[in-house]
Amino acid sequence: MKTDDLINALAADAKSVERPIAQTVAIAVGVGALVSTLIFFWSLGLRANFAESAVSSLRFLFKYVLTFSLAIPAYVLVRGLSRPDFQPGNKLWWLALAPALLLSAMGLEMLAVPSDQWHAKMVGYNSLTCLVVIPLLSFAPLAAVLYALRQGAPANPALAGAIGGLLSASIAATLYASHCRDDSPLFLAAWYTIGFVLMTGIGALAGSRILRW
Amino acid sequence: MRAAIAGDQDAYRRLLSELSQVLRGVVRRGFAGVGVPRGDVEDVVQDVLLAIHLKRHTWDPSLPLGPWVMAIVRNKMIDDLRRRGRRPEVPVDLNDFEFEGEDQQASIDAHDVGRVLDRLSDKNRDIVRSISIDGQSARDVAMRLGMSEVAVRVALHRSLKSLAETYQEKKA
Repeated sequence: MKTDDLINALAADAKSVERPIAQTVAIAVGVGALVSTLIFFWSLGLRANFAESAVSSLRFLFKYVLTFSLAIPAYVLVRGLSRPDFQPGNKLWWLALAPALLLSAMGLEMLAVPSDQWHAKMVGYNSLTCLVVIPLLSFAPLAAVLYALRQGAPANPALAGAIGGLLSASIAATLYASHCRDDSPLFLAAWYTIGFVLMTGIGALAGSRILRW
Repeated sequence: MRAAIAGDQDAYRRLLSELSQVLRGVVRRGFAGVGVPRGDVEDVVQDVLLAIHLKRHTWDPSLPLGPWVMAIVRNKMIDDLRRRGRRPEVPVDLNDFEFEGEDQQASIDAHDVGRVLDRLSDKNRDIVRSISIDGQSARDVAMRLGMSEVAVRVALHRSLKSLAETYQEKKA
C-alpha cells in the first residue's frame, strides 16, 4: 500500500477515536480497586477494633499515610507514563516520599519502644498472611492498570508496568492494613515492603512483555 | 489534530499528509549512515502513521503536538533498529522538523507495500482497497457490498488495527 493510500484509509476512520487515555487509566484503577475491595470484605473484612483504632492509634493511621504516600504518586506517574511523550525525570523522586516516611516512623518507633521488644514488633502476629494477601489483592488492580496501559502508548513499557505494579500493591496494602493487627512501622518495613517490591517486579516484567506497541 | 479528534475527516487527511512528509525526512535523517534501504524508511513512516492514528487518544490536547509525534517516531525507529540488531540509540529532536520536496514523494509512490494487506480477509482487503486506493467513501463501499455504513467503518477500523499488528509481528 502506498503511503497516500494509507492516509486515505486513516482519514476515513477519523471518527473511531477512543476515550482520552487519562480517563481510561482512572476508570481502570477505580474498577481494579473496587474488585479488590469486594474480595477483601468477602474474605477478610475489617479487624475487630477498626473503629477504635482509627480514632486512637497513631501507628494504625500511619499505615494509611504510608500506603497513600505511595498510591498517589504512583497513580499520577502511571497516568503520565501511558502517554508516549511523558518524561518522568524528576517526578520519579515523588516515590522517595514513602520510604522517607517509613524510615522516620521506624526511628520514632525505636525511640518509643525498648530495644528488647523490637524483634517481637517486627515479627508481629500476621506476617505470613501479610506476605500472601498483599500480592493476591494486587492482581485485580494490576490487571486493570495493564489493560489501560495497553490502550495507551508507554514510551518505557517496563517502567510503566513497574509503577503499575507498585500502584496495585499500594491499593492492596491499604485494604490489608484495615485487617492486619500489626501496626508497628517495624512490621511494615519488614513485610509490607516485600509485597511492594514483588509487585513492582512483576509489573515491570509484565510491562516489558505486553506493553510494546 | 483537534479537528481530527472531533471527527473532521478532511482536516485529518491534511494533517496526516503534512505529517507524512515531515516524518519521511525525520526517519531518513535518523537512519542516515545506518544503511537502511529506502523502502524500509517508508515502512517506518507507515508504521508511525498507523500508531499516530490508533494512539491519538494518548495526545493531551493541552500540550503541543510535535513532541508527541516525535516520541512515537522515536519509539518506532528504535523498534526498527532493534529488529535489525543495532544499538537502539536514536537521537530525534524537534529541529528535525522540516519538509521533504515533492520529488521524494514521487519516488516513494513507486514503492508498494501491498504485502501488509495480504493478512486481511478478502472482504476487509476489498474495503481497505476501495477506500484507500480507489478513494471511495465508506457509504459507496457499503452500498456496493450490501453492508451498513457502520459495519464498513468497523471493518475498516479493525483492518487498520490488524495492519498495525502486522508491523509489530515483523519486528518479533
